[in-house]
Amino acid sequence: MNTYYNLEDLGKFDTIGEEAPVMWENFMKYYSSVFEAGALTSREKSLIALAVAHAIQCPYCIDSYTQDCLSKGANEEQMTEAVHVAAAIRGGATLVHGVQMKNIVKKLEL
Amino acid sequence: MEISNYPQYLTQIPDFESCIKNEKVKLTSDVLDVLQVNIGKLCNLSCKHCHVEAGPGINEVMHKNVMEACLKLCHQYGFKTIDITGGAPEMNPDFEWFVEESKKVCGHVIVRTNLVIMMDKPYNHLPQFYADHKVELVCSLPYYSPKDVNRQRGDNVFEGSIKVLKKLNELGYGRDPELILNIAYNPGGAFLPPDQNSIEREYMSKLEAEYGISINRVLTITNSPIGRFAKFLVRSGNLEDYMLKLYKSFNPATLESMMCRKQLSVSWDGKLYDCDFNQAADMPIKSAETIADYLNKPYGKRHIRFGNHCFACTAGQGSSCGGTTGG
Repeated sequence: MNTYYNLEDLGKFDTIGEEAPVMWENFMKYYSSVFEAGALTSREKSLIALAVAHAIQCPYCIDSYTQDCLSKGANEEQMTEAVHVAAAIRGGATLVHGVQMKNIVKKLEL
Repeated sequence: MEISNYPQYLTQIPDFESCIKNEKVKLTSDVLDVLQVNIGKLCNLSCKHCHVEAGPGINEVMHKNVMEACLKLCHQYGFKTIDITGGAPEMNPDFEWFVEESKKVCGHVIVRTNLVIMMDKPYNHLPQFYADHKVELVCSLPYYSPKDVNRQRGDNVFEGSIKVLKKLNELGYGRDPELILNIAYNPGGAFLPPDQNSIEREYMSKLEAEYGISINRVLTITNSPIGRFAKFLVRSGNLEDYMLKLYKSFNPATLESMMCRKQLSVSWDGKLYDCDFNQAADMPIKSAETIADYLNKPYGKRHIRFGNHCFACTAGQGSSCGGTTGG
């Protein structure tokens, strides 16, 4: 193992079910149902997944959902906009925590 | 080894034919529906995914005597559809004659067009010609945005395609029930096509909202790992992953409705194939007969020739020149 993240490890995802098969099966059932087309199309769900993958910075998910978005008919422009949504929320979340900083400053400063 | 046959040599996936458990589907159907005629590899474009490797300056173009044999065979076998493809079929000097004669022997004639050929002066009149003869059009437009189309098909192809689609709409295509205007979608790279109904909704809404264009259907076609697309897969290091993707998506339910079971494909020089992809892979029908050999001979079911590129037609929802095959 040269790095913590290895491309081939994605293919070993289901080994996580070895010690807890019921939980794994339940998780996979839930996972599959989440991505079925419903009020949102499966393409829209895939774009959300791609954005979340970037927000949580999971290389496996970024790989999987980049490919999934392409196979669902999304193009690079749409995928880039989805990543910007993730960036905006992360950036906004950082900045809004600044209010906490300001509250503390206000309380402590003369 | 021929690059077009490269998928055969990948060791991590089994031979396609060994995946067919039902012997019946290795044979053509009781009746053939479609005569697909590739009237030449000459084209005004050189699209990156083209399995035919069509382009400008190619002199492999069907002569009138082969077209005449196609018409006779159509009459003899009673094909329901003549499907004319290329290259840009419009560039064959006998194209219009062939379309007119095809309409006489077969009610349903499809032409596969790249649209932008009709921007060139010698072909400006073809939208009206198509409308007059009620030819069904299958138009290549692999996405509804300029960047994605032009990356695959060449500069300004999207803009030209939109102009021609508008012209076709003006003539009634996509609006008059007798003038069918379908779009052929293929993925812009080494990935599978989306669900056909879902991408059709996207196309219809975008083309209508942004350009006021109406279409009938969107047909999704999986890129076959042969020809220019195979070269791209090899060059970009994607071949093995793409073949694995096709193999892992193998759907046995699509076997029965594979297009090769219901059609005969003729190349520019009169050789016979099970499909246009086998043409590109240089895999003629098993008997190696030509169209001249078939004339005055009753139809007999043939054993289809399979290669590992056939995994493209059986992946997921299935794929054919007519879009998904279900399953």
